[in-house]
Amino acid sequence: MSEQAAATTEERIEKLQGLGCARKRVEDARFTQGKGNYVDDIKLPGMVFGDFVRSPYGHARIEGIDKDAALAVPGVLAVLTAEDLKPLNLHYMPTLAGDVQAVLADEKVLFQGQEVAFVIAEDRYAAADGVELVEVEYEALPALTDANRSMDEDAPVLREDIADKTEGAHGARRHPNHIFTWEAGDRAAAEQALASAEVVAEELVVYQRVHPCPLETCGCVASMDKVNGKLTIWGTFQAPHAVRTVASLITNIPEHNIRIVSPDIGGGFGNKVGVYPGYICAAVASIVLGRPVKWIEDRMENLSATAFARDYHMSGKIAATRDGRITGLRCHVLADHGAFDACADPSKFPAGFFNICTGSYDIPSAHVEVDGVYTNKAPGGVAYRCSFRVTEASYFIERMVDVLARKLDMDPAELRRRNLIAKDRFPYTSALGWEYDSGDYHAALDKALAAVDYPALRAGQKAGREAFERGETRTLTGIGVAFFTEIVGAGPVKNCDILGLGMFDSCEIRIHPTGSAIARLGTISQGQGHATTFAQILASEIGIPADRITVEEGDTDTAPYGLGTYGSRSTPVAGAATAMAGRKIRAKAQMIAAYLLEVHEDDLEWDADRFQVKGNPERVKTMAEIAFAAYNQAIPGIEPGLEAVSYYDPPNMTYPFGAYVCVVDVDVDTGVTDVRRFYALDDCGTRINPMIIEGQVHGGLTEALAIAMGQEIAYDETGNVYGGSLLDFFLPTAVETPTWETDFTTTPSPHHPIGAKGVGESPNVGGVSAFSNAVNDAFAHLGLTHAQMPHDHWRVWETAERLGLHG
Amino acid sequence: MIPAAFDYHRPADLAGAVRLLAEHGDEALVVAGGHSLIPMMKLRMAQPGHLVDLRAIESLRGVRVEGGTVTIGAMTTQAEVIASGPLVDACPILREAALQIADPQIRNLGTVGGNAANGDPGNDLPAVMLALDARYTLEGAGGRREVAAREYYEGAFATAREDGEILTAIRFEAPPAGHGCAYEKQKRKVGDYATAAAAVILARSGGTCTHASIALTNLADRPLLAAEAGAALAGTAAGEAEIAAACAAAQAIAEPVSDGRGSAAFRTRLTGVIVRRAIERALATAA
Amino acid sequence: MTHMHVNLKVNGREVEVRAEPRTLLIHLLREHLDLTGPHIGCDTGHCGACTVDLDGRSVKSCMVFAAQVQGAEVTTIEGIAGDGGAPHPLQEAFREHHGLQCGYCTPGMIVRAWRLLEENPDPDEEAIRYGISGNLCRCTGYQNIVKAIRAAADEMNAARETEQ
Repeated sequence: MSEQAAATTEERIEKLQGLGCARKRVEDARFTQGKGNYVDDIKLPGMVFGDFVRSPYGHARIEGIDKDAALAVPGVLAVLTAEDLKPLNLHYMPTLAGDVQAVLADEKVLFQGQEVAFVIAEDRYAAADGVELVEVEYEALPALTDANRSMDEDAPVLREDIADKTEGAHGARRHPNHIFTWEAGDRAAAEQALASAEVVAEELVVYQRVHPCPLETCGCVASMDKVNGKLTIWGTFQAPHAVRTVASLITNIPEHNIRIVSPDIGGGFGNKVGVYPGYICAAVASIVLGRPVKWIEDRMENLSATAFARDYHMSGKIAATRDGRITGLRCHVLADHGAFDACADPSKFPAGFFNICTGSYDIPSAHVEVDGVYTNKAPGGVAYRCSFRVTEASYFIERMVDVLARKLDMDPAELRRRNLIAKDRFPYTSALGWEYDSGDYHAALDKALAAVDYPALRAGQKAGREAFERGETRTLTGIGVAFFTEIVGAGPVKNCDILGLGMFDSCEIRIHPTGSAIARLGTISQGQGHATTFAQILASEIGIPADRITVEEGDTDTAPYGLGTYGSRSTPVAGAATAMAGRKIRAKAQMIAAYLLEVHEDDLEWDADRFQVKGNPERVKTMAEIAFAAYNQAIPGIEPGLEAVSYYDPPNMTYPFGAYVCVVDVDVDTGVTDVRRFYALDDCGTRINPMIIEGQVHGGLTEALAIAMGQEIAYDETGNVYGGSLLDFFLPTAVETPTWETDFTTTPSPHHPIGAKGVGESPNVGGVSAFSNAVNDAFAHLGLTHAQMPHDHWRVWETAERLGLHG
Repeated sequence: MIPAAFDYHRPADLAGAVRLLAEHGDEALVVAGGHSLIPMMKLRMAQPGHLVDLRAIESLRGVRVEGGTVTIGAMTTQAEVIASGPLVDACPILREAALQIADPQIRNLGTVGGNAANGDPGNDLPAVMLALDARYTLEGAGGRREVAAREYYEGAFATAREDGEILTAIRFEAPPAGHGCAYEKQKRKVGDYATAAAAVILARSGGTCTHASIALTNLADRPLLAAEAGAALAGTAAGEAEIAAACAAAQAIAEPVSDGRGSAAFRTRLTGVIVRRAIERALATAA
Repeated sequence: MTHMHVNLKVNGREVEVRAEPRTLLIHLLREHLDLTGPHIGCDTGHCGACTVDLDGRSVKSCMVFAAQVQGAEVTTIEGIAGDGGAPHPLQEAFREHHGLQCGYCTPGMIVRAWRLLEENPDPDEEAIRYGISGNLCRCTGYQNIVKAIRAAADEMNAARETEQ
């Protein structure tokens, strides 16, 4: 104790390993030793396995299903079909977007890979043998895989179950294949801005269908305890509490009798937000058989059936003055939602926060309209490492600004500088209705351009183009500048809910008598390192070293209710709850300290890990001493114990931003691109753990590289899916991945208790634009305005071919 | 992804393997490294009732370089080829091509024989074998025979190997000392098959290209020997005009399919580019 | 033949497992021997999450049948720690340099790196990147993995020098 007392405040702060510390992760010991506990690691007595029979057709009528041969396989216990689920009313399940989705195909299949029957067997080998022997007779129907044709008069009607419903979850439906129309902004004002503009640039920007593809696929183990009536499901859930509530609503099992546990999760990236038929089938099978049932999808099932992302066809018009002042923006989106509307968006936002598409620019008038349609493709529409539809929005505006720059013959960085929202305009209300909390965009852009010596890059590019003209090289260099503003931390309960569940989050803290603690949260880490960073937030708030704070998430029986981890909401919402709960602890601790030190509370001041009497630094009570007293000393007027809980309803979203620069060399003869340099400046507000932030940026940029340069889940006209295995779906290896340069500015959020904004998704949001802008920029001097992603070798070569570069 | 059940056999010698194949006929398949067959089994596109594993047959392993003749046992792994000093000295293109196959783990099990034998048009070694004019030894119940690599490939997964035969060894005359070679492969990422790839082996004497053979990977339903392309260089100074003619000749025989790597038109046009790069690099390495 | 007895050595221990010949090595390890460190990520031999060491070589255990490992020697992530369970320098370095996030690729990545450093104790960045190119990571962007492997190489080389 005396040694501790001798330490300076700074020394004691350092020992806490709180905010700003590059603390090593507490998760890593188990992961590096192979001692993680992922869902497929779970093994329960009597556990059996489920496996799906899936549709080989994109669109077909089911004429009959014969289970007999499958049931004859030794070890096969049961085969479930829609007919078996109907009496339970579980053949359809509600989606997060207010639609329903077939759990097992009911009379028709609507996408290749759709779940048709569920085979349960003693082990996964017998289950697979059974799957092969279920005979399904199909009558093929014409497939619809081009969203542009979904609302044609003669388009095949996909959803016969809702064909005559003219009203959907988000308003009127104009066509049996139409899901919703959603709009934001002032249409008349935007039209007026375009009509009266000096310059208008126009482009169709398509963000192709991709998939989050975490390295661990989705899966669960469902276990119904028939004795006490309790259903436990361990699974890959990014939102365990939401799953519990939805499970209770659809099964009528009382919510206290359902326990959802997310164990270690091998990456999520949005893939594990949704509720999939496998979860329902495993639960039903466990209820029917009275044994635990495991279902783990394989990679091809993962890529072709669960949770695609994007598939946005964005037609834009951007208006400006001749000197580059943007005056208006319009966008129409054709959103391909696949066969069921299972998008994971807050309920009032069927197109997510796409109306952040004015980006980082002060655009006086804007209007967006989104039409969602059905096609014979897998459902999903998840936020793949971004907040809801934010990467689509950011990609759209960043391409439109570059397209405008070409038209104005202006440097794209300069055009951005002229239109970025000025620092003194924050909080800034955008034309599409968001209140941006804080930003210093010009400082970030200037720092980025200086860091890469932007003028020198442009000079080098010019020299290279001249050498190309002279025939001395076949390489063109592109420089991509992207500025992004994210909107994360959903969100205020007044307008953010999923299926009616408010999007607050929570933290519950229990201080142990000897001065260590456990904190439980409503979120769930999938690699973000919550057990490390939330302890740091708390260490700074309550003066207990981070190493003495356990962080626990993911078990609905013990964790406080919260909406989970996606859309970069953990730090903005649960991180805020953690700080607020910590402050409640500290407030009570102050009362206890006052009693122990026999002074008035107001005479105490907080000093890193203790309260001291003002003006008398010798008279102190450390948090550890206070904790012991809280439990073991009778203090008049104060009940024993030291615990707190906070449910945090954020007053606003947070708005991380950043400036990225990408330099890419393009071989025009082969279409091969080589990222020579990538610089990423992120401003995520207060930085909790710089090491983890940097890691998040590295990973997000690598995912952005994959999307921009190669990822695509494509369908042919008969409904066959391509890109459904890791042979074709582009996940870069260490060889294709360049070295990343990271940098930052710090503009704290004014409304977040510690000023943090979230960072995990920023690099994906900003990165995709930067790569695409760079590839497009390589050809800009030859007249290219926009080429669609992915910028794989073939498409880059085709661009060069169209521009006549192959002689 | 779970394969169907099978009976497993691990014969200790070649005669045993041949006997098992004869005994089980269509029901039996040979497994070498397994990296082509096992994925097909997991997809249930291959369902052998009997799997005959060659891994215990010592006589199928190893590389011999004797005089000018190179013999590679079919079960020699791609990693062993990469690390084989005498082989790499005699014929460096094999190392270069083997390094372009899949990834380190797969090369540790993947064999030369497996890569050459199964007729997958995406495999990298067949084109090299065509360029080397290698001969494949096939052994079956009917005895042993040799087939020229240039006669072996008939179509996608269709080869001159009869049911019941095993490719046991690959033999070729090492190219002359001082020859130039290159295996140029464009792919989307490590682990991918070629969008387009070309093997070039040539020799020069004085200012003349005395020999040139060129072959192509994954640009048709089988590996292609670009004989006319080679002929365009042989006996010439291999100047710009001849190189252009060789590239045009190679491109003219390419018949790639459209797939995730690109359209047939792109892959055809890329053929000329890749062949040019391979020729230029081979010329640069020739003494 | 429905089941067979497979005898092999796993992490230095002789074991006998009764399994179908078609049982994949990854399932043999995970389900029969409860070694759940190696993971399944792709089922097609592309991701490397299932990487183990088989007779001194890195292999993808989802591409090997139980029947094929009769008499073999296998090392998994559970078997690379030092005496008394002290973490291997690679395990330390991955933590120290933030070479992992979700942890799913980590066991395969470390076991691959372990063999890589046996094959090449002093790899440069390019050798490391090519050396781990059979292992996919979706979280880290590889930069810190490369850094961790290089740091472990330094650590191990220094320890070797001290020993000598």
